[in-house]
Amino acid sequence: MSNVFENLSWLPNPPPDFAQRLATASTGSDLRELAKYGVDENQLRRLSKKLQDFQSQHTDLAPLVATLMPVSIGIISNATTKLKTPTMVGTALRFGIALTVVEAEYNQIAQEAFSADSSFNGHQLSAILVAIDYRGLPLLPTPGDLVSAGKNVKDCLDYIHSVIESLRTKTGAQIILQNIVPPVEGLSGSYEGRLPGTLSWLCARLNFELDTLVADDTFIVDIAGLAANVGLANWHDPTLWNMAKLPFAQRYVPIYADYVCRILAARLGKSRRCLILDLDNTLWGGVIGDDGLEGILIGNGDATAEAHLHVQRTALELRDRGVVLAVSSKNEDATARLPFKQHPDMLLRENHIAVFQANWSDKASNIKAIAQTLSLGLESMVFLDDNPAERMQVRKELPEIAVPELPKDPALYVRTLIAAGYFEAITFSEEDRKRASFYQDNAKRAQILNSSSDMDSYLKSLEMEITLAPFDATGRARIAQLISKSNQFNLTTKRYSELDVKALEESSNYYTRQIRLKDTLGDNGMISVIICRKGSIAWEIDTWLMSCRVLGRRVEEAALFDIVNHAKEAGAIKLTGIYSPTDRNVIVKDHYRKLGFIKTSSDGGIETWEFDLTKYESSKVPMKFKYAL
Amino acid sequence: MDLNINSTIEELISIFREVFDDEDLVISANTTAKDIDGWDSLANLRLMISIEKALGLRFSASEISSLENVGEMAQLILKKQANA
Repeated sequence: MSNVFENLSWLPNPPPDFAQRLATASTGSDLRELAKYGVDENQLRRLSKKLQDFQSQHTDLAPLVATLMPVSIGIISNATTKLKTPTMVGTALRFGIALTVVEAEYNQIAQEAFSADSSFNGHQLSAILVAIDYRGLPLLPTPGDLVSAGKNVKDCLDYIHSVIESLRTKTGAQIILQNIVPPVEGLSGSYEGRLPGTLSWLCARLNFELDTLVADDTFIVDIAGLAANVGLANWHDPTLWNMAKLPFAQRYVPIYADYVCRILAARLGKSRRCLILDLDNTLWGGVIGDDGLEGILIGNGDATAEAHLHVQRTALELRDRGVVLAVSSKNEDATARLPFKQHPDMLLRENHIAVFQANWSDKASNIKAIAQTLSLGLESMVFLDDNPAERMQVRKELPEIAVPELPKDPALYVRTLIAAGYFEAITFSEEDRKRASFYQDNAKRAQILNSSSDMDSYLKSLEMEITLAPFDATGRARIAQLISKSNQFNLTTKRYSELDVKALEESSNYYTRQIRLKDTLGDNGMISVIICRKGSIAWEIDTWLMSCRVLGRRVEEAALFDIVNHAKEAGAIKLTGIYSPTDRNVIVKDHYRKLGFIKTSSDGGIETWEFDLTKYESSKVPMKFKYAL
Repeated sequence: MDLNINSTIEELISIFREVFDDEDLVISANTTAKDIDGWDSLANLRLMISIEKALGLRFSASEISSLENVGEMAQLILKKQANA
């Protein structure tokens, strides 16, 4: 099998009319769809040129922004970066990002970071990719001298730290730091890694320390891991380094670009959150309807059975990290559930699956139903199916869904799925561990609602308890996570880092709320975040976001009740709310209207709404209020 | 011998067209870097890497820097394919 990382083999092959479609592409969406194919560097470069043509033609970027998020990234490196940048722009389209790249001068890291003059001056950068490889660090091998080796690691860490802090202070950009790919050549053979002060030893120590050194605000792109995955001897190309200071073999630039763009996308909340699984020949070998419980292959002792067991085990592990699992299968419902209920070797059971769709309808319709039940957008979904025809149908009907191409051998399904990086994480919190069961509880609630006669009695039956509290250290990580991941119920889609959130905890100029919701079926955890700037006359609502899991529970009204009380107490007379439309938050376009605000202006699509505090009439929301301090 | 060079140059045309993003590009044995717009050192690198990938060959730095025109490139490729 040719290397899954080198060829990005989860991406479908480009259609025969790819060149034509590229030539006639006229919108950001067109480019985004084309970038989803597994195309080579030349095509990615063409895509980037097309994007740049669009950008120079459109003085008003609004049509592009609606489908593509503009992001500008600086790149600083001790190695040549020019041969990477077009591929990065082309690749970013795959994630719905219109990328602008600003390159620092070649091998001028100290100068670019520390002097007042910089290639980055005058550019509003959202992020800076710091790509220093081992040849750009003050590494000084001292084989056998542990003390000097330890000092050298510290010196390198101090250097990296001062570069990134200086860049951060100068530009305010999000820092994405590449970790260190060690060299191939270990002079002492197997002893090399154990001997303190060798280059291998120093690089390994450095990478370990980097994870602890950098603040949660610096993202690390694990290029050392990527190089290990493809093989160091493949990654390093001495000919290219000698000729043009290219830091690694050019054929890995597309996967490198994908790794970096995944982090940009994760920061924008675009990581996927739900894995929809086919059953026959995906979760087990064989067809349950034909082969029965005794005939399907799942478990230990048979190569095919173990391959599918690995898929199940991986699904469970993903679930532990907050990925919701669902099933979409063409089967009788009872037949499909049989292995989950009765097969002793299955790892997945019904209680791991939030939504179980087994019927004879087409998969695209079923997937839409799953998305609706979970209140998750289609862009949050990944669909795993062994059948190329099913994959093609779903891709065609629902282009927002990620459908990885799979090789014929099921032993390689897991590798392909994980290599695709759909679930890229930049944070992890306790709530991630519990998220899948939140979604399962919610799906249960959706079922209860379907069988309830009216909304009010349904809500009362939930016996909801809402807890409102200002930002604090305990909630900080989860607050930052919600701020970075919420796309749909998000009025202004402002992204703040953990450091920003910490600053808000301590600021008396802001009203902040972390809101939790519990009911008889379970604890939803933190589901809403609100930030208001306290003005003497008007309180300005800077951030109002909510998890879609709790739509329709009147949490918004409860939150408004709290804001109004505090604003009135502080002497304000009105509230101002902003709605910034994006391609994903159309769900909140009437949010302020429903709460009784009046629209006062609309400027380039961005709406300002106002609420007269003297006119507030509280409505009785069916929940108990709790205030934690 | 001439026949082989010509067929190698034929193979190279599509690679040149991809790299220089020009569907109408024509090359001959005498074509040099001066003859094609945008054929600078970085484009040269891209070109050689694309040829390596397409034909399954590897060039050393000195081999690449010794080439004067497309004809010499084709000759070098033939030599490598013969020795493979």
